[in-house]
Amino acid sequence: MSRFSKSILVLALVGASTATFAFDSFKGVGRPATSAEVKAWDIDVRPDFKGLPKGSGNVERGNELFEEKCASCHGSFGESNEVFTPLAGGTTADDIKTGRVKGLSSGELPQRTTFTKVSTISTVFDYIQRAMPWTAPKSLKPDEVYAILAYLLNLQEIVPGDFTLSDKNIGDVQKLLPNRNGMTTDHGMWPGASAKKGGIGNGGKPDTDNKACMKNCKPEVLIGSTLPEYARTAHGELAEQYRSFGPVRGTRTLGPEAAKKAAEATTMELATKSGCMACHGMKSKIVGPGYNEVMTRYAGQPDAEGKLVAKVKAGGAGAWGSIPMPPNGHLADEDIKTLVKWILSGAK
Amino acid sequence: MGDIVNKPGRLRPAPENFLSEEQVKAVAAGRRDFLRKSFLAAGAAIAAPLAARASEGDPAILTLPEWSTSLGQPVATRPYGMPSKYESQLLRRESPGLARVGGASVSFCPLQGLFGIITPSGLHFERHHQGWHDIDPSRHRLMINGSDDSLLKKPKVYTMDELMRLPSVSRIHFIECGANTGLEWGNVAVPTVQYTHGMLSCSEFTGVPLKLLLEDCGVDYKKARYVLAEGADGSSMTRTIPMEMVESGEVFVAYGMNGEMLRPENGYPLRLVVPGVQGVSWVKWLRRIEVGDQPYATKDEAVHYIDLQPNGLHRQYTSIQEAKSVITTPSGGQTLLDKGFYNVSGVAWSGRGKIKQVDVSFDGGINWQTARIEGPVQNKALTRFNIAWVWDGKPAILQSRAIDETGFVQPTYGQLRKVRGTKSIYHNNAIQSWKVVESGEITNVQVL
Ligand code: HEC
Ligand code: HEC
Repeated sequence: MSRFSKSILVLALVGASTATFAFDSFKGVGRPATSAEVKAWDIDVRPDFKGLPKGSGNVERGNELFEEKCASCHGSFGESNEVFTPLAGGTTADDIKTGRVKGLSSGELPQRTTFTKVSTISTVFDYIQRAMPWTAPKSLKPDEVYAILAYLLNLQEIVPGDFTLSDKNIGDVQKLLPNRNGMTTDHGMWPGASAKKGGIGNGGKPDTDNKACMKNCKPEVLIGSTLPEYARTAHGELAEQYRSFGPVRGTRTLGPEAAKKAAEATTMELATKSGCMACHGMKSKIVGPGYNEVMTRYAGQPDAEGKLVAKVKAGGAGAWGSIPMPPNGHLADEDIKTLVKWILSGAK
Repeated sequence: MGDIVNKPGRLRPAPENFLSEEQVKAVAAGRRDFLRKSFLAAGAAIAAPLAARASEGDPAILTLPEWSTSLGQPVATRPYGMPSKYESQLLRRESPGLARVGGASVSFCPLQGLFGIITPSGLHFERHHQGWHDIDPSRHRLMINGSDDSLLKKPKVYTMDELMRLPSVSRIHFIECGANTGLEWGNVAVPTVQYTHGMLSCSEFTGVPLKLLLEDCGVDYKKARYVLAEGADGSSMTRTIPMEMVESGEVFVAYGMNGEMLRPENGYPLRLVVPGVQGVSWVKWLRRIEVGDQPYATKDEAVHYIDLQPNGLHRQYTSIQEAKSVITTPSGGQTLLDKGFYNVSGVAWSGRGKIKQVDVSFDGGINWQTARIEGPVQNKALTRFNIAWVWDGKPAILQSRAIDETGFVQPTYGQLRKVRGTKSIYHNNAIQSWKVVESGEITNVQVL
């Protein structure tokens, strides 16, 4: 949280003449941010609570607000799995004592909720303030965020039902977070300075150590897992997720029924692209007759296809009324045939 | 393999060309009479023209196509060019059931059909947390400030006009979501490389090194050892980035992508580029940079993008995407056309620098051969590899293994799970295996 001040500006300008870095070096580019501007955007709250706005809110008010603004997506008790993973649940009184959520290592946890993972209460405050409610982010006032957070903490049985959360006591609540001791930075995947040098992690040391063996590297191949049948088809027709030419083909994963559906979908695209759908619907008349009406009229007439192909191509009136269909000579004969066949076989 | 697929241009006698999958199976099972019956039934009409083809030649040659015998389209028919209508099957796709709402979801890049290392901008994978917007660039601002006044002399605001006047760099880098291949930590879950590895793209980005901007604001590098990047969308995504990376000059604020402006889905008009680091740190619709003296533990570094280990601890601030590779052609969900020659091709990348070598195995990792790398090899960018293979029609397991310039060798599933278990979600860089069976069908398997 920075507040731009005149004294700093003066200092800065003095510094510029001696500094080794290129302060203010791009003439005409960029301008100082006003303090109101910085205040408007600098809303982040750090683990040490730098940036935390003053304010307070109690569990009861939080319950009301949550019901009104959050429950539709997250459930009244933050338990819903409908829109996102649950916010609340999954921790015990013992976890609050130890600061480690036991379910995370015992495998007893069916699903990780927000409070089984988060180790810093500032994170939840910051996030609700900047991003929730999902469809109206940044609409909550600080007191409302405190109240909602108090309610969530009460759901988690971290604070009692008559609790009021504020900027004064949020630090005490931090000491009760169930997974507050649940993070480690002992890994090699931080791209900055190591913990030893004041940064994070072990300085980039990887935790796996494969060797580039080239010949007879192992006695046998152990297959750990293969694609389950449901997963083979859960992603639709794979044949249609690759080119129709090239060194391989997408594997046909769905039956002929699904293939027919897919073909219908593409004919529909052709009809839309060819402009037919501007005047025709499926069931009833728009400018021209509904396609299913056309099908019904010509059912059982073996020469219907040829006649209709000619009619669509040349256009004309009289069969359904006095409004003419314009000629469709710009379309390839093949496409007109596909469309007419589709119409006569009950276009969907 | 059989003829479940149509292989144009082959001059072949009739029956083989119209066998259904069931018929192929029946033949394989020795029921020749089935073949005869179906030939009699279907043959009459189709066999004759096919036979004629075989004797005279390919109709694609013998009958001149309309594009050889008519006038084509004029220039600028499509003022913004589009792919051929025959390319409509390679699309960004969602993985059903992965996310519940489209505004907080992922669409995967169709790696199975791409060449080289540059991802077409329209196929770049998407990950949004609160939907995407097409932001008016004239109303977009970048603010730079400090977590307190002592870290930065002068907080500043830059417009797009101003940012685009500054010295720019153009660099090719991969971007990979930290959760790429995350569905596969425990077991095989998805069928194709689009879904196993498609939260991966690579582009040439153009923009201004963040270092220049921070120095223009008078940053104090001694105190300010972290940077917070923040987006302008509803989620106003925030991530912590180490100042070491900024000082090195490699982090930049980008407006250009593959020669044009960023696409809205990828952060138009401004995003952060943090080479080698997972995509979540490449904050899109970038509105603010704050320099600070400690990390921020934002939602996406304290609730998500934390890697659960077997001991119940979560690894926090895991950011680097370690060396990884995958064969894209041929790959899961595809079927080989025939026995014989294939160019096996894939991509390798490392968040720690350049790819030094890629090895390929056709026997599930017992023996390996070094693939040919397409140069020039770029730093923290996709690297294309190719290797020749003659398929003898027998079962095979294809794997690739990347080695980066630090000497790090991409791990096996067994090695990775031994240290990290199966619940990490993030940073799965295990060796991918594709199993080929006699029919030519290729499926996703995991070799330990
Ligand atoms: C319209 C649906 C919707 C409403 C209303 C809504 N949320 Fe959310 N919330 C979401 C979605 C979707 C996400 C996940 C966003 C993402 O992927 O980053 C989320 C994420 C969260 C998270 C982070 C959870 C985690 O584990 O990452 C919190 C906390 C949260 N919401 C709190 C609230 C609160 C408090 C309110 C009411 C003020 C609220 N939400 C209203 C949809 C909603
Ligand atoms: C501008 C409006 C318009 C468009 C565009 C249009 N149609 Fe028509 N269509 C009509 C009208 C009006 C009729 C009724 C003509 C009549 O009464 O003879 C009709 C009739 C038909 C019929 C029945 C003809 C008959 O004689 O019974 C078919 C089949 C048909 N249209 C198909 C198509 C197809 C396929 C396309 C796209 C290539 C298309 N139409 C585009 C207006 C249109």
